[in-house]
Amino acid sequence: MAERKLLEVDFGVGGITTQATPRALGDDLHSESMIVNLGPAHPATHGTVRIVAELSGEKIIDADVDVGYLHRGFEKMCETVDYNQVMPYTDRLNYVSPVINNFGWCLTIEKLLDIEAPKRAQYIRVILSEISRVSDHLTCLGASAMELGAFTVMLYMMEAREYLWDLLEEVTGARLTVSYGRVGGVKEDLTNGFAGRMREAFKGVRRHLVNCDRLLTRNRIFIERMCDVAIITAEDAINSSITGPMLRASGVAHDLRKAFPYSSYEEFDFEVPVGTKGDNYDRFLVRFEEMEQSMRICEQAIERLPEGPVIVEDPHIALMPKEEVYKSIDGMINHFELVMYGVKPPVGSVYQGIEGGNGELGFYVVSDGSGKPYRAHVRAPSFIHMGAMRKMLLGVNISDLIPTFGMINMIGGECDR
Amino acid sequence: MEQNETGPFTDYIKEQFAELISELTAEKGFLVVTTPPQQSKALLEGFKVDEKLQFDMLIDVTAVDWMDARPTRYEVVYQLLSLKNKMRVTVLVPVGEEDPSVESVVSLWQGANFMEREVWDMFGISFHGHPDLRRVLLYDEFVGHPLRKDYPIQGKQPRVPLRHPEVENTARQMHRPELVTIRPRKASGDEQVQVSERTSTAESL
Repeated sequence: MAERKLLEVDFGVGGITTQATPRALGDDLHSESMIVNLGPAHPATHGTVRIVAELSGEKIIDADVDVGYLHRGFEKMCETVDYNQVMPYTDRLNYVSPVINNFGWCLTIEKLLDIEAPKRAQYIRVILSEISRVSDHLTCLGASAMELGAFTVMLYMMEAREYLWDLLEEVTGARLTVSYGRVGGVKEDLTNGFAGRMREAFKGVRRHLVNCDRLLTRNRIFIERMCDVAIITAEDAINSSITGPMLRASGVAHDLRKAFPYSSYEEFDFEVPVGTKGDNYDRFLVRFEEMEQSMRICEQAIERLPEGPVIVEDPHIALMPKEEVYKSIDGMINHFELVMYGVKPPVGSVYQGIEGGNGELGFYVVSDGSGKPYRAHVRAPSFIHMGAMRKMLLGVNISDLIPTFGMINMIGGECDR
Repeated sequence: MEQNETGPFTDYIKEQFAELISELTAEKGFLVVTTPPQQSKALLEGFKVDEKLQFDMLIDVTAVDWMDARPTRYEVVYQLLSLKNKMRVTVLVPVGEEDPSVESVVSLWQGANFMEREVWDMFGISFHGHPDLRRVLLYDEFVGHPLRKDYPIQGKQPRVPLRHPEVENTARQMHRPELVTIRPRKASGDEQVQVSERTSTAESL
């Protein structure tokens, strides 16, 4: 019986031994390669992903990255609901910085409608996006540091993230799945006294970042684990469609906030940190510096926060104030139309990319003139970085797989959609 | 709002790639180029290597299913980015229903690997010359391609029979069985019993 024959496989340690011919990479002794199956539920991969690594000794000579364990059919679901109802789905893409996803979707639909959010809404978007970016980077670096044994750093960073999430909670009403964006603006204005609390929170974050900097940046163990590991050159990074902090770590100063400014980013003064080598240490440094730059943007934005409405005053796009709905027939009709049929952008298709926590978060939306998107596609940075992961892993030690994965910062919800 | 200046490049593209392009629109700083599937790779390569344009980055590959709305059912959508010129271009490739396939661009951009696999997974559009075209987000036993418009929104999938955990434990083995050579094992009485027990469990499930 064929089945019985298949079962007679000899098991090696940690996987199935094969008789694949040994390759030149790091082979001094004659040995056969071993396959190690990492995941999908591995304690050190924060995210459900499986990496099948083929090892020669400790070196990875081939790897197969298997994603999709968290696939929920985001794009298919989007085709069944109206444009504003997609907002809660976008929360669940990159769930560490949900506000950025919200605003990415809003900007795409606004581009389709050919409108622009009011200035105040744009500034609020900038402030909350940058707070989210800091929390995204804190999570990435904290988790990676913990995996290398620096548990203190993890605790410091989580506490710093807590300060920021308190701010987000105060404005949006939720910590994780915020659904704060609206087509044409934002849900609500900032709370009273937000500016003061934000400065206070940033003080706390900076205090923790100084500590983390002291603990990590010149720590010999950390440097030896991170430096010269999983190098990706600028050409390779561009060729592999890598964006965001990972591309900048390879030395390419490409930031969508500078290259294609959206939401008034051109009005703020900030630097784009770049690395030199493109190894894990550069990715760490770039993220670390970006947090400071993000906080700078927030401080400038809150300083110059313009007065005015936070959502467009168009009854076909945004809900009217409740007084008008209750007191006038026009208001009632508009409210009903918008709730029942949704925003109706003109026929056409649009692509909008914004700078997410991990890279270019892009939405491609096709409208057929109805209230529901005909097709919605997310260009998820994590997914594309996971595609490039094989290249980064070739030649590194199996123990360096985890920090590399940590620096890619795959977020399952975004990667698998 | 994002505003990329495409003015000077629009005429240049029209001139330089006239025979490869079937349609070109530039609205609101948005450059959209349509090309037939036989010429898509040549056009994308042209965009990449052209000294003046330098679309060096493939940002995204996706597809749209137009069903009966258009004569050609599918449309593959490429988003390119030029880091030097800070400019984007969208390349649309209409693909017929009979043989939904286009040329793969993995040889031009490594990043296309996962993106094309996703399009294959979701739409069933195959890419000629792709080194490893298999499903990426869904599992191998999945029936159909879910982002096609004729796939029901709450479509049910058949139950997948139990995989042999020992043999089909790694993605590599599922797809590259030639890598694994099965070694003869010393047959002892106990193991024989174990094997037969396992086989029977698998069958009964």
